[in-house]
Amino acid sequence: MAAAAASAMLDALPAPLLRSLRLKTKQQELLLRVSALALIYVLAFAVRLFSVLRYESMIHEFDPYFNYRTTLYLTEHGYAEFWNWFDSESWYPLGRVVGGTLFPGLMVTAALLHRLLRALSLAVHIREVCVLTAPFFAANTTLVAYAFGREIWDSGAGLVAAALIAVCPGYISRSVAGSYDNEGVAIFALLLTFYLFVRAVNTGSLAWALAAAFGYFYMVSAWGGYVFIINLLPLYVLVLLVTGRYSQRLYVAYNCTYVLGMLLGMQIRFVGFQHVQSGEHMAAMGVFFLLQVFFFLDWVKYMLDDVKLFKSFLRITLTCVISAGTLALGIGTASGYISPWTGRFYSLLDPTYAKDHIPIIASVSEHQPTAWSSFMFDFHILLFLFPAGLYFCFKRLSDATIFIVMYGLTSMYFAGVMVRLILVAAPAVCLISAIAVSATIKNLTTLIRTKSKSPQTTGKVTGSKAAAKGAVDQPLPFQHNAAIALLLGAFYLLSRYAIHCTWVTSEAYSSPSIVLSARGHNGGRVIFDDYREAYYWLRQNTPTDAKIMSWWDYGYQITAMGNRTVIVDNNTWNNTHIATVGRAMSSYEDEAYEIMQSLDVNYVLVVFGGVTGYSSDDINKFLWMVRIGGGVFPVIKEPDYLVNGEYRVDKGASPKMLNCLMYKLCYYRFGELTTEYGKPPGYDRVRGVEIGNKDIKLEYLEEAYTTSNWIVRIYKVKPPKNRS
Amino acid sequence: MWMRRELRHLAMARRNSLTTVIADVWDKAKHLREAAEEEERHVCKAWKISSQVVRPETTTTATMAPPLPTSILLLLAVAFTVAAATATSPTAPEDGIRVVSAEKRIDLTGPIVKVYLTLKVHNPATGSDASHVLIAFTPLEAQHLAIVKATRAEGKRKKKVYVPLPVEPVDLAANAPDGARLYSVSLSAPLRPSETTTMEVFYVLTHSLEPFPAEITQSESQLVYYRDSALLLSPYHVLEQVTYVKMPSNRVESFTRVDPTARSGPEVKYGTYKDQLPYAYSPILVHHENNHPFAVVEELVRKVEISHWGNVQVTEQYKLKHGGARHKGVFSRLEYQSRQSISGASSFKNLLARLPPRVHSVYYRDEIGNISSSNLRTDSHKSELEFEPRYPLFGGWHCTFTIGYGMPLQDFLFESEDGRRFANLTFGCPLLNTVVDDLTIKIVLPEGSKSPQAVVPFLTEQHLETSYSYLDVVGRTTVVLKKKNVVGEHNVPFQVYYEFNPVFMLAEPLMLISAALLFFVACIAYLHMDLSIGKSQAS
Repeated sequence: MAAAAASAMLDALPAPLLRSLRLKTKQQELLLRVSALALIYVLAFAVRLFSVLRYESMIHEFDPYFNYRTTLYLTEHGYAEFWNWFDSESWYPLGRVVGGTLFPGLMVTAALLHRLLRALSLAVHIREVCVLTAPFFAANTTLVAYAFGREIWDSGAGLVAAALIAVCPGYISRSVAGSYDNEGVAIFALLLTFYLFVRAVNTGSLAWALAAAFGYFYMVSAWGGYVFIINLLPLYVLVLLVTGRYSQRLYVAYNCTYVLGMLLGMQIRFVGFQHVQSGEHMAAMGVFFLLQVFFFLDWVKYMLDDVKLFKSFLRITLTCVISAGTLALGIGTASGYISPWTGRFYSLLDPTYAKDHIPIIASVSEHQPTAWSSFMFDFHILLFLFPAGLYFCFKRLSDATIFIVMYGLTSMYFAGVMVRLILVAAPAVCLISAIAVSATIKNLTTLIRTKSKSPQTTGKVTGSKAAAKGAVDQPLPFQHNAAIALLLGAFYLLSRYAIHCTWVTSEAYSSPSIVLSARGHNGGRVIFDDYREAYYWLRQNTPTDAKIMSWWDYGYQITAMGNRTVIVDNNTWNNTHIATVGRAMSSYEDEAYEIMQSLDVNYVLVVFGGVTGYSSDDINKFLWMVRIGGGVFPVIKEPDYLVNGEYRVDKGASPKMLNCLMYKLCYYRFGELTTEYGKPPGYDRVRGVEIGNKDIKLEYLEEAYTTSNWIVRIYKVKPPKNRS
Repeated sequence: MWMRRELRHLAMARRNSLTTVIADVWDKAKHLREAAEEEERHVCKAWKISSQVVRPETTTTATMAPPLPTSILLLLAVAFTVAAATATSPTAPEDGIRVVSAEKRIDLTGPIVKVYLTLKVHNPATGSDASHVLIAFTPLEAQHLAIVKATRAEGKRKKKVYVPLPVEPVDLAANAPDGARLYSVSLSAPLRPSETTTMEVFYVLTHSLEPFPAEITQSESQLVYYRDSALLLSPYHVLEQVTYVKMPSNRVESFTRVDPTARSGPEVKYGTYKDQLPYAYSPILVHHENNHPFAVVEELVRKVEISHWGNVQVTEQYKLKHGGARHKGVFSRLEYQSRQSISGASSFKNLLARLPPRVHSVYYRDEIGNISSSNLRTDSHKSELEFEPRYPLFGGWHCTFTIGYGMPLQDFLFESEDGRRFANLTFGCPLLNTVVDDLTIKIVLPEGSKSPQAVVPFLTEQHLETSYSYLDVVGRTTVVLKKKNVVGEHNVPFQVYYEFNPVFMLAEPLMLISAALLFFVACIAYLHMDLSIGKSQAS
């Protein structure tokens, strides 16, 4: 009855309405695409939440603590205060002009998100916003990747690219929940800028070029890696010019993006006039002028019909322009108006540069050259798909594919130079691999469809096309089965990729590094929360104006969590100051005491893993302190701390090593402690040796606090003695 | 209030009964005597500091006052003869009540001083009905007094029941010497002439154990001073009395002797003393070892959010301090780990909070994140949360943290007979054996609640606020209760009554639903509209 009535109702409905209710093929495709994208979006966000589920909603690592602290300041004091903030809690006694020495993009983004949520009357704490900023932007990156993929290849490649980048470990490593760092939003901004620029080049539209300029502005505000964009774009333009692909579209896109992007970029205080004054930005300016010359010559060529005349004109103009450019560059560099390339830039071009000249850059583990294993770890099958994708790109060369090829190749080079730059390469690798996957699968499915559907499919447009193609290509034997097998293989590989990514994310990249965890004897999880124990002790039980001396790695964390003034921190802008701390740590106690007195140090904090076996402690970092200290103060000599070029802490260690401040502070009273059954007291579990100096007496310092697992040890500097 | 007024009436009546001449002289004499007493108090303080045995007779020691100009002395002499003549009637406010026997037990075994007072009060045949009995405290005691409770034994031996009596402070400072503060216990049935009754008074003093030495090292144990009087401070004549002081361990460094005084193990007995005048005072000083955790919550803010969707969310922010002897010098982890019994004896690393039964989603964190060292034990009567601060607390060390938990609504929210809702919550602090210096309880009622009213069995400072949480538009009415000096005895139920219309419960879900609906409508509209300028293609 009811069914009949319903059908009667349906019959009664006007025909157009009924038709509009039924989904057309195009709409079905749209629905599939949107739901796939929505799932990818959710996946990209969700896969980054391992650390929140396993630990808690907390900020990770070192730099994010500074970002969090500044964001907190921004939300509490407003933008004007933030802009003018002079932070006296770091780099004592120098201080730091925070507003002028950071990229504010991340903090402003988080503060705006927070304000938006507050306006929607969602009472979230700024910490939650900060923790989830990176996953949120990673999810947005998948959308950009989709759009980018569609722009350079087709929407299928876009979807695959979105799916690949959603779980790519190279990107996840820097964008898990809690990793509240510039890179979290910067990769989104980077890819967005590239996408908008390619779109502008493809369309020649001023609107897209303008959008690209704003994307670039956001990137400049977020991360120092914007230098990559400002060098890649001119390189790309140059390549197009050389390959004879110059067009009006390119002219519009590049000029608009460059000029506006440069002007906008100057608004960021930390960047300032670098766009016109720094050597790293000169390539973009040179290409900008070159483009004008090219345009001019093009116009002259159009006006002049005589080829000979044009050639001589070309020669004169080019000579003039090149000599003028060289002269300007020479004068600018000589007069100091254009600053030379910075050490960081050099170290990118020459991987051995940092090791010889700037130990402070070389000492950071994420600045080390990348090992093959970490490429495999971070890219997995993408590493093999990448060349395949390049092949497809070259096969169907266009302005857009040239761009992605260039982006891929340059970023792969940089990824090889520095571990952390794998991050920059990740989107390019994903996009190029996506092209490989999409093109392969499309070819395979076309083959399968051709075989099975060629007899019937005459009505369908795509089917007939494929059939036509199939008819043209000579079908190989077992083509159908081989295609199915290959397709299954591809799916197997892709599923392995997904499993690998999830595993890597959960095992390697979701640890906050501030809370350590280990497996206990009975299989349960043991948590070492010593860092926070120490920082909270500092926060609650030391005078509010106490100055803490520690190695610079812990500076940001001490100011953010301990709320105390530090001598040096992770913003390694003053090498001399860091070297002074390194010198104090590697001197004898009485010499160190004088240095500490001159710096007003009240407490000294060292990290020591000898009891728990935590290997990234200060004793293992000590040689870098010696090197950095010795780089400025030649009294500190690295060979004094080594025995026959060997670094040791046991009885065979050098006398200077056994009596320097760092050794004393780490091993004070450690000689009385039994760490492992069957081993003598004072057995260091990291170095695997019994320590060489068990009878340590401190004269100028006293133990103020040691955490429950001895990981962090804090000493109080005694006030000077009365003169006798 | 009514009681205070009545007392003033009594005082007026008494003054009127005297002849005018005497009244005049009395007034003058009172002024002078007050001056003298002021002096005397200073002297007393000096004595206390030198910790000598003192027995100042409050009313008759004119000679002990330091030398004054002779004219004043002369006046004093006159005044004191008059004062002595009238001593009994004006200082004891109730006519001739006497304390037949008094037993005072001072419990110093914890960080908080607990005093149990048993008074046998007798109303002489000549007097009138007595409806109140006064108890007196020194100003210092009154400052540290957290709570006073009194019960009266009623009925004969076997059917003996203890009836709680209301206790209220009396504003009779002018009448009591040395600025003693009086508290009045209202008797349930007035005490008739020549009747005798037994009262039990219990009071708690906080911050009354003074660490001496004030700074100790890690290996030392904590010694504290306790100051009190061997004699019961009372506005009445006390015929027979005895005071016991109980200490946590046998290690007693010194104690004042006021003969007869006897010590047996951790307990010191003062008395029996007979026939003491009103306001008799004999300072004693007990110096003993007390290694109990002196956990002091300097500030506690408890926020109770009531959601009619079935949850009561409690957030408690603690600012904790070790209130004992300050830690001095080195903290050695090695000593602390290997010799736990002697190292850091007065420090503590565990705290125990007693939470209501059926709590769920308990968390324990601080400004920099979660603290992973806590255990929750639940049974049908209570939940116990045992937790460790990030570091052991030594004397003078601070620590702040937050505890939060949810509770099922049906355990706490009820409907009263007049149709109003009321939440039945527990006052005070769930931490055991701690003092809360400053307690703030915020009860956040659901959005749309009206005319809130808090019913608390003791005096608190109250006001209303508006707070905003998820999806709030008009804000939630918040009742704020504040009280200083709170101890475990304050953990009693209190009620917050309010009017609430259940329709308001639907507001927030409806908002969400309509937002989602709008989003989908916008999507549909976008997909079905062709905004391009060019001609749309026919399908």
